[in-house]
Amino acid sequence: MRRIYLDHAATTPTHPEVVKAMLPFFTDAFGNPSSIHSYGQEAKGALEDARTKVAELIGARSEEIIFTSGGTEADNFALKGVAHANERKGDHIITTSIEHHAVMEVCKFLEKRGFGITCLPVDKYGLVDPDDVKRAITAKTILISVMHANNEVGTIEPVEEIGVIAREAGVYFHTDAVQTVGHIPVNVDKLKVDLLSISAHKLYGPKGVGALYVRKGTRSVSLLHGGEQEKRRRAGTENVPAIVGLGKAVELTGQKMGREAERLTYLRDKLIEGLGERIDHVRLNGHPTRRLPNNVNVSFDFVEGESMLLNLDLEGICASTGSACSSASLEPSHVLLALGFPTEQAHGSLRFTLGRENTEADIERVLEVLPGIVAKLRAMSPLLKTQK
Amino acid sequence: MPDIWSLYSEKVMEHFKNPRNVGEMENPDGIGYVGNPVCGDIMELYIKVKDGIIVDAKFKTFGCGAAIATSSMVTELVKGKRIEEALKISNKVVAEALDGLPAAKMHCSVLAEDALKSAIEDYLKQHKLKNQT
Repeated sequence: MRRIYLDHAATTPTHPEVVKAMLPFFTDAFGNPSSIHSYGQEAKGALEDARTKVAELIGARSEEIIFTSGGTEADNFALKGVAHANERKGDHIITTSIEHHAVMEVCKFLEKRGFGITCLPVDKYGLVDPDDVKRAITAKTILISVMHANNEVGTIEPVEEIGVIAREAGVYFHTDAVQTVGHIPVNVDKLKVDLLSISAHKLYGPKGVGALYVRKGTRSVSLLHGGEQEKRRRAGTENVPAIVGLGKAVELTGQKMGREAERLTYLRDKLIEGLGERIDHVRLNGHPTRRLPNNVNVSFDFVEGESMLLNLDLEGICASTGSACSSASLEPSHVLLALGFPTEQAHGSLRFTLGRENTEADIERVLEVLPGIVAKLRAMSPLLKTQK
Repeated sequence: MPDIWSLYSEKVMEHFKNPRNVGEMENPDGIGYVGNPVCGDIMELYIKVKDGIIVDAKFKTFGCGAAIATSSMVTELVKGKRIEEALKISNKVVAEALDGLPAAKMHCSVLAEDALKSAIEDYLKQHKLKNQT
């Protein structure tokens, strides 16, 4: 059976050219970038080349890019780094109720250590109100962290407006741009951010590598202490092959971004419209227009997400559920709850995230298969009868 | 093979794909309705009783794959059983009949046991009322 992968927000396949670019750095060019000899300098050159590529894509200077082990480390680094370096100035951090766990859990950790956390609500589309951010700022506020686009519902946040507010107030501003870099334009000056998280495997690069942009002059402390790598900001021998992979992925994605976003938007809207035409009681979650080009998050009343997911998987279609019921935690998605969904609806969502290898035929296949699955599950749903 | 096959046993998937005894029952002798507020699963179970024996059972379930499979299995297990025997069907019996469930999904078998108990209680209550009048 042909498998259709529609879970690109979880991870993307590493581009073959990325793999090709990485390979020599495992074998022939295996040197440690900190070594003086030619092997070391060869690796160092590749490292700096990758740094330049990442910096160029987001309009930063290369010395403002610190390589990390991925998006989670970048988020941890951004929040803990700024929090600990600015304790004298204040102890208040502003964030939102729909952040990725890599931000949310760090905030909870810092809260236990004595920091004050303001977790801002979102509207029914998942949008943060910049005025709420403005009102939440106090003399003690040292950091604002608002994601660029949400990984579950795809809503693109008004980061630029929040950036203006943060700058006026003299507060550092971090954005988790893991879902946007390489997919939609991201420019650190335009967004007015001081810190920005990137992950390679969300843009057809390898897993286990990412980067944190830190604007020059931002007061921050290291997460990892040891050697003097990354200008003493992140100790540990650099993961050269992976970093080269990130550089190559960024290069490839940058070339095609506009056209690819347009193509995905067309496929996205075809899927959204098609589902609306073929299935009753279906709702689009997230913002209708301010959304990622590849994100379709929908709720089907009276049916549960995992049972839809399993049925889709049996048909070779790999999607995801907004509900975390399939993982160890049984709680529904904190994002959908933050959007104000009742529990049943939060349990009945499906997320399709499109990518480079998807075609119109893939969308048609979903539209062909899903109505039958929903009908089958609705026939066994005790919720439907009570709603009739 | 899709990865989901390693998440659930073959038997769970078989009952999930082809659930037995799905639907509502006309004039049931007992109805059980249980919900798990944490994971959101809801199970409705109907039984038909004749001479102290459960002659038929049906269900409707809103829930994950494990919830559907345990509903299907519990209805299969109770059919032909005497009330007192059916009361002995624990969540472990249901899970074992499905060749096991992932640890995070054991609560689904508890829900199935509760739905069955609730249907039997409903039957016993109505049965008692009938005998009194």
